[in-house]
Amino acid sequence: MFIPETKIKIIKMLKDYFILSTKNLKRRGIRSWLTLLGIFIGITAVIALISLGDGLKLAVNSQFGVSSTQLITVQAGGLSGYGPPGSFVVNPLTKEDAEAIGKLSTIELAIPRRIETLNLEFNNKLQVTAVGSIPLENTQKIYELQEISAQYGRLLNKDDTGKVVLGNNLADPKKNGFDKEIMPGASVTIGGEKFRVVGIMEKKGSFILDSAILMLESDLKDLMNNGDKASMIIVKVKNKDLMAKAQTEIEDLMRERRDVKKGEEDFEVSTPEAMLATVNQILTGVQMFIVLIATIAIIIGTIGIINTMMTSVMERRKEIGIMKAIGARNSDIFLQFFIEAGMLGLVGGIIGVIAGITIGYAGTLGINYFIGSETSPTINFMLIFITLTGSFIIGAIAGITPAMKAARQNPVEVLRS
Amino acid sequence: MIKNSKIGKPKEVIHLHDVDRFYHMGENLVKAVNKMNICVKEGDFVAIMGQSGSGKSTSMNLVGSLDLPTHGKIYLDEKDTSKFTESDLAQLRGKKIGFIFQQFNLIPNLTALENVMLPMLFQNVDEYERKQRAKEILILVKLEKRINHYPNQLSGGEQQRVAIARALANDPEIILADEPTGNLDSRTGEIVMKFLNKLNEEGKTIVMVTHDKNLALEHAREIYWLKDGRVEKITRKFGKEWRKVSDCHVHSGN
Repeated sequence: MFIPETKIKIIKMLKDYFILSTKNLKRRGIRSWLTLLGIFIGITAVIALISLGDGLKLAVNSQFGVSSTQLITVQAGGLSGYGPPGSFVVNPLTKEDAEAIGKLSTIELAIPRRIETLNLEFNNKLQVTAVGSIPLENTQKIYELQEISAQYGRLLNKDDTGKVVLGNNLADPKKNGFDKEIMPGASVTIGGEKFRVVGIMEKKGSFILDSAILMLESDLKDLMNNGDKASMIIVKVKNKDLMAKAQTEIEDLMRERRDVKKGEEDFEVSTPEAMLATVNQILTGVQMFIVLIATIAIIIGTIGIINTMMTSVMERRKEIGIMKAIGARNSDIFLQFFIEAGMLGLVGGIIGVIAGITIGYAGTLGINYFIGSETSPTINFMLIFITLTGSFIIGAIAGITPAMKAARQNPVEVLRS
Repeated sequence: MIKNSKIGKPKEVIHLHDVDRFYHMGENLVKAVNKMNICVKEGDFVAIMGQSGSGKSTSMNLVGSLDLPTHGKIYLDEKDTSKFTESDLAQLRGKKIGFIFQQFNLIPNLTALENVMLPMLFQNVDEYERKQRAKEILILVKLEKRINHYPNQLSGGEQQRVAIARALANDPEIILADEPTGNLDSRTGEIVMKFLNKLNEEGKTIVMVTHDKNLALEHAREIYWLKDGRVEKITRKFGKEWRKVSDCHVHSGN
């Protein structure tokens, strides 16, 4: 019976000090609030980073549009230069490279693909678009591998000469830049030649695929008029346990075929995992950097709170004296300043969380707008709770020394002035 | 409220016994208060009179147990204050003594009502009771229309009445008033003094520290005249006549 009663008393007392502290905070000058900038920036950075970082990773990952773990991509010249893969390469890949890879024991299938940049004309408007080739053999396989399906109309068959399938964004008048919907049956001009649209791809959430055109390999070769080169070779491995072995085999084979030494490769064999790992590594680096900035900001913020609380103790010496005169114990004074510092931190935290979420939202919307992905911003309530508790604790810790100083004030001070 | 249980020999609510209070000012030892004996009996109205530099402020701090003596003993409600921890003394002080200051000394962030509630918070009175009692006392000092005003929205007289209400919050036995009219015009000063007299009539012990001889002579029943940190003389009013008396130790035959 006795213990709960004391506990209730303590809780009630703490509530009173919270109210008292809030009142004191309300009447504070701008100067005190400015010292919160550090906490505010730190918390904003953390919250924005986490809600944006997850979104960013999701968005980037979705760009690859490949979920198959049995896929290997071979490209010439590495990933340098702008434009579609393989477009600025001195020594391009060939159909024969694909055939040779296809014969390796670990490989089920190797399909050469071309990706070119061509003008697309429609409704008297012109857009530069990426055009990907659909091979005449294994036509269905490439759809399976890249998980391509048609939302309207159909996909291309090997005898669909003069016909194309468009990415989802190209059909949408709001996104395609032609101010007019393109639907199956429409006629478009690509690279100066007329093509008929037979299908629109299902939305992939990937900027690359959703804005691309698919046409038969033979048509694209005729349009480009520069032989049988391949921009990339899409390789399917027999099973996913053979990925590492297959990668080594392909690298050995390509070195031999292109006559380059180990370490001097002018080509790249990459697995989706490796690509994602690279991207994620960069993103993690960025995150670490922001976390570092956030940490510094929070440390500065903590010092700011110590400083403003110290000033506050000096300014309110008289008030402390009055409180002691009318019966405040040292612990009463300590608690009041301690909680006030905590609340100061908490206010910084709340503003930071609001700003962070806003930035996270705006940022994610921005990413979606620019790369056409459809990621929704993540709001982690646990994170918000932890952040707010954390900012209160940071403030309170910063308040310990000033609160002790306040508690030790001599009540006689009040009567001297 | 009135505890005149022992008729003829009322309780000593405050007792300073051979109290010294010395300060170090650089190399010098300042004897702010020297061998001071003060006895305040329950229900009395005592003035501590002196010019600045007489040790008036220091003796006020000692009487209010805000400060501790260098030598000697101070008894508050017959308890030796040197035996208390700082926090226990604060609690005892909050309960037994209500302070009224020259500068009013209200907490600027709190409304009149909250200022009056504050001393009760330190005595762990729960919120509902604090509020009720604070309202009652504010009605008593005729500030019921001002309870939600902040100190800076109140006139000097009103602020001092809030301060009186605050001093009464814990129903203390002693009201310690430091130049209560010092910052007020004579008319408002009179109102404040009327309140103090009324409280005294109701049984509260009043100790007033002042430099104003006329104020002391008009309202107090006993006056301690301070000079250079010592009690120069003690006078007491018998009827309309002021007579010199000896201090309580001599008085009681010690």
